[in-house]
Amino acid sequence: MRELTFSSAIEAALAQAMAADERVVVLGEDVAGLRMNLYARFGESRVRPAPISESAFLGAAVGAAMAGLRPVVEVMLVDFIPVAVDALVNQAAKLEAFSGGRWQAPVVVRATCGGGYGDGGQHEQALWAWLAHIPGIAVVVPASPDDAGGLLLGALAHGGPVVFLEHKLLAEDWLDFLGAGGRTNQVYDIPPAGARGPVPDAWVPIRLGASRTRREGGDLTIAGVGVAVHSALAAAERLSAERGAEAAVIDLRSIQPLDRTAVVEAVRRSGRLLVVDEDYRDFGLSGELAATVLEAGIPARYARVCVEGTIPYDRRREERALPNIERILEAAERLLAM
Amino acid sequence: MRPDLLRLYRMMLTSRRLEEEIARLWREGLISGEMHLGIGEEGIVAGALDHLGDGDAVAADHRSTPPMVMRGVDLTAIVAECLGAVGGLGRGLGGHMHLFSREHLAASSGIVGSSGPLACGFALAHQRLRPDRVAVAFFGEGAMNQGMLLESLNLASCWRLPVLFVCKDNGMAITTPSARVTSGNLPDRVRGFGLPAVEVDGGDVEAVWQAAGEAILRARRGGGPGYLHAACVHPEGHFLGDPLRRLVRHPVDELKDKVGPLMRAVASTSGGGVRERAGSLAGITGMIGRAAAMRGRDPVARLRARLRADGGGLEAVEREVESSVQAAVRAALASLEEVPA
Repeated sequence: MRELTFSSAIEAALAQAMAADERVVVLGEDVAGLRMNLYARFGESRVRPAPISESAFLGAAVGAAMAGLRPVVEVMLVDFIPVAVDALVNQAAKLEAFSGGRWQAPVVVRATCGGGYGDGGQHEQALWAWLAHIPGIAVVVPASPDDAGGLLLGALAHGGPVVFLEHKLLAEDWLDFLGAGGRTNQVYDIPPAGARGPVPDAWVPIRLGASRTRREGGDLTIAGVGVAVHSALAAAERLSAERGAEAAVIDLRSIQPLDRTAVVEAVRRSGRLLVVDEDYRDFGLSGELAATVLEAGIPARYARVCVEGTIPYDRRREERALPNIERILEAAERLLAM
Repeated sequence: MRPDLLRLYRMMLTSRRLEEEIARLWREGLISGEMHLGIGEEGIVAGALDHLGDGDAVAADHRSTPPMVMRGVDLTAIVAECLGAVGGLGRGLGGHMHLFSREHLAASSGIVGSSGPLACGFALAHQRLRPDRVAVAFFGEGAMNQGMLLESLNLASCWRLPVLFVCKDNGMAITTPSARVTSGNLPDRVRGFGLPAVEVDGGDVEAVWQAAGEAILRARRGGGPGYLHAACVHPEGHFLGDPLRRLVRHPVDELKDKVGPLMRAVASTSGGGVRERAGSLAGITGMIGRAAAMRGRDPVARLRARLRADGGGLEAVEREVESSVQAAVRAALASLEEVPA
C-alpha cells in the first residue's frame, strides 16, 4: 500500500495500462502538458495533443476503438461533451446493438465534473444522468484515489464506451488549473479522504456496476457518487453523534451500470432512502433510484438533495445550490421523523 | 475613412484598466474560478466595434470583458458580475465568462467556437427585423478548428448573412501551440468558404479599424459576411494563473514538484523508444520556450505613443478613464455587501 492523490492515482493506473497494452492511447486537448509524464514516457504516437475539435477527435476515438485501439480521450470538462455528443449518443452507444452484439467501441472519455470553486454554470455541471440515459454508455464517478485508479482500469476493460468523470474538488491538478490558478487565498471544501488516500501497489480493475458501502447503518440509506459520498458520510457521522441514528452510505461508483441490488437491499432494511446528487434533480439519478425502489415493491420513505437549476457563479449562492451537509441533514431529519 | 484615434484610445484604455483591476481582484481572491482576460486584444476589439451602432450585435467568446466595455455596457455591472455580486450584469449568476447584455444585443460564452453560430443567428434576425444591421463574432484561432465555427462560416456565406468574423490569433490553443494542431493557413481556409479574408496586425488598431470598416460596410449593404484575421499577444497566457506563464515566471517553484516524476517517466523501463521520448522532451521544452517568448506588440502602448507624437488630449482622456474605472471598482465592491436572497 502507498498513498496517492486522486489525480496521481488515475495517472499511475493509466501508466500501468499503457505499459501493459500497446493499444491504449491518450488523445485530447492539451494532453502534452496536462499528461506531461505520460507524454514523456510513451511519446507523441501514444499521447497525442488534439485541436479544439471535440466532435472530430471524440468521433475519431470511437472509430479508432472500433478498429482495435483502446483510446482514452480527454475533453477537459464534461460540459464540453455536449459539443461532440453525437460521437457518443448516436455512434459509440449504438454500435453494439446495431451489430447484433458483434462489435463494440471500447473508448474511455475522461472529463472533469462538478462545482464548488466558483466557475459558473457552464463549467461546473455533473451531467452524468444525462449521459447515462442513453443505452450503451457507461458512466463512472469515482470518489477516492483507490477507486479512481481501479475504476479507470475497469473502464478500459468494460468493452463499450465509458465516460469517466473526475470531480474537481477531488482532482487537485484540475482544481488548481481551473480554480486556484496558483493562488493560495481560495478556500475549497475538499473532502480529505477523497482527494488523497491509500492505493494498491499494483492496480486491479474494479468491475463497473459494483457499488461500495462506505458506512453501515440500519435507520437510513444514503446513496450518491463523487463528492456527495463524502458529504453524506459527514452528515451520517453527525446524525449518529447528535441523534443516535445510523445511516448507511452507498457509493454507487457508476451511474450506468447502476448497482440497483445494493440500494434495494439496503432500503429493504432501513425503509428510508435519501439520494444526494450533485447532478440536476429532474429526470436524473435521484428519480431513477426512487423508481428502482418502487419497482422492487418497497414502501420506502424517500427524499433527495440535488442541484435544482443552473449553478450560480456567486460562491455564496453556489454553496447553497450544491448538496451541502446542512441540506443533507435537513432531509435526513425529515425522513427519520416519518 | 479615418478613425478618431482618441476615441479608440479611450475605448481600449478603459478596457485595459478595467481588466487590470479585475486581475488585481482575482489575485486578491475576490474573484473565483478561471479568469480569461482580453488584455492584448484591445486593438482588435476596438477596431471592429467602433463601427457598430444601435441595433448591431456582438457574439463574444470567453474573453468577453473588452467587447462589453466597448459596446458601452455599464462598467460597475461588469466588475460586479465578476465578483458575483447581486448588482452584477447577470445578478452574479453568470460570472465573467457569461456576460450578457440584452439591450446591447451582446452575449458571450465559455464554449470555444460558439460565437460563430450565435452571430449567424443574430444576423439572420437582422435580415428580417433590422435591415442594414450587422453582427460581429469574436473567437481565437484555436476555435477555428471547432466544427460549429467552420459550419458557421459556410452558413453565413450561403445565406449572405451580415456577419464579421474576427479571429484573434495569439498562436496558442489553450496551452497547446496552435501550429501543432492547425493545418494549412487560416485565411485561406476561410476563402475556401467564399468569404473575403483580410489579414491585419492586431497590435495596430488603425489597420484593424480600416479593414473591419470595409467588411462591415459591405455586410450592411447586403454583400455578405467577412473575415478578419488579426494577430495578438496574451501577456497573461490563456487565463490568469496559466501554468505555462507560471513556469516561465517562477521556474524553480513551479518545477520542483514536476521534475522528479517527469524524469522518472523519461527513464522508465517501459514505454516508447528513445527517439520518441526525446521528441516528447523537445515538445515540452518547446512549449515552455514559446510561452517565454510571448511579449511585445501591446496595442494600447502603441496607440499611446502615436497619440503622444500627435500631441494633445491624451492626459485628459487618461484621467477620465482612470476616474471612471476606479469609481466602477469602488461601486462594485460596495455592492458585494448586498446579501443575495
